[in-house]
Amino acid sequence: METDLQTQPSLTIGTHTLHSRLIVGTGKYANYELMGEALRRSGTDCITVAVRRERLIDAAGNNLLEFIDTQRYTLLPNTAGCFSADDAVRVARLGREILVGIENPGADWVKLEVLSDTKTLLPDPIATLEATKRLVADGFQVLCYSTDDPVIARRLKEAGATSVMPAGSPIGSGQGVLNPNNIRICLEYLKEGDPDYPVIIDAGVGTASDVTLAMELGVDGVLLNTGIAHALDPLQMADAMRHATEAGRLAYLSGRIPKKLYATASSPDEGVITSKPR
Amino acid sequence: MQLSVNGRKHELPEGSTVAELIAELALDPRTLAVERNLELVPRTQHAQTCLEEGDRIEVVTLVGGG
Repeated sequence: METDLQTQPSLTIGTHTLHSRLIVGTGKYANYELMGEALRRSGTDCITVAVRRERLIDAAGNNLLEFIDTQRYTLLPNTAGCFSADDAVRVARLGREILVGIENPGADWVKLEVLSDTKTLLPDPIATLEATKRLVADGFQVLCYSTDDPVIARRLKEAGATSVMPAGSPIGSGQGVLNPNNIRICLEYLKEGDPDYPVIIDAGVGTASDVTLAMELGVDGVLLNTGIAHALDPLQMADAMRHATEAGRLAYLSGRIPKKLYATASSPDEGVITSKPR
Repeated sequence: MQLSVNGRKHELPEGSTVAELIAELALDPRTLAVERNLELVPRTQHAQTCLEEGDRIEVVTLVGGG
């Protein structure tokens, strides 16, 4: 029987169950119409959103929510733009308040980002750990954007993070998964005695092969935004990312062959009618 | 009285509530969240929460993000 990923077990993160293993951001599209179509083509059922000031001057401006079917997507509010634990906690609470207002199931979780500096946008591990503890105590399911360091990944899980989401490479850099070995160790640490603990690659993937490679490592999902939004053809790239996620997942489940230095013939040695070189 | 709304000076009658501010701004209260002096004001408290001179108010909503 053909393998259909729709019938495969889906991705469970805390109390949320997703059918797609691809989580897609809603930022940086040329316009909201394009964003809506790209989200649909990506096959995702979970999308990230940011919390920002209402534009009081341009009251006629488009609102993101007019372009998103909030029945179809679970929203994952982020704390992007926060450089301290205090600010991240504030923004997480504001995001929850909005999602309660629009009755979206994503009201009880948050993608926690506490960044260190504007140049790298790398997470501040100490502030992230502090914010995780406070948000867990406040009832949030916390999905932590993290470095790919296995030690901080383990600390975040111990602090109650619902998922640890190591960066493949810096946000929007398109460099892919720069340190697959660290991701392997993160997976080993986080899933030890807890194989269903969700680990998601968040940030840095630039193209389909980056997503597939991440999934082949055995991560549970990939979160991306710029790779689709800034592709020359975002809709076609959304298709590619969907296939890449499924291909990588299937390949991981299938068990790849070991790598060898020398060749192994695919056709039988018996019955050849020719002679071999010495 | 004068207060700050999203970083801009804003005049309101004495005793105005958060709900009255949102109505004046012609915003849909379901799609926003309000913070008063760094503390969230839950939607259920908008009508009861009176604003004061010098309050720093943030009114936020959702935008595209990663």
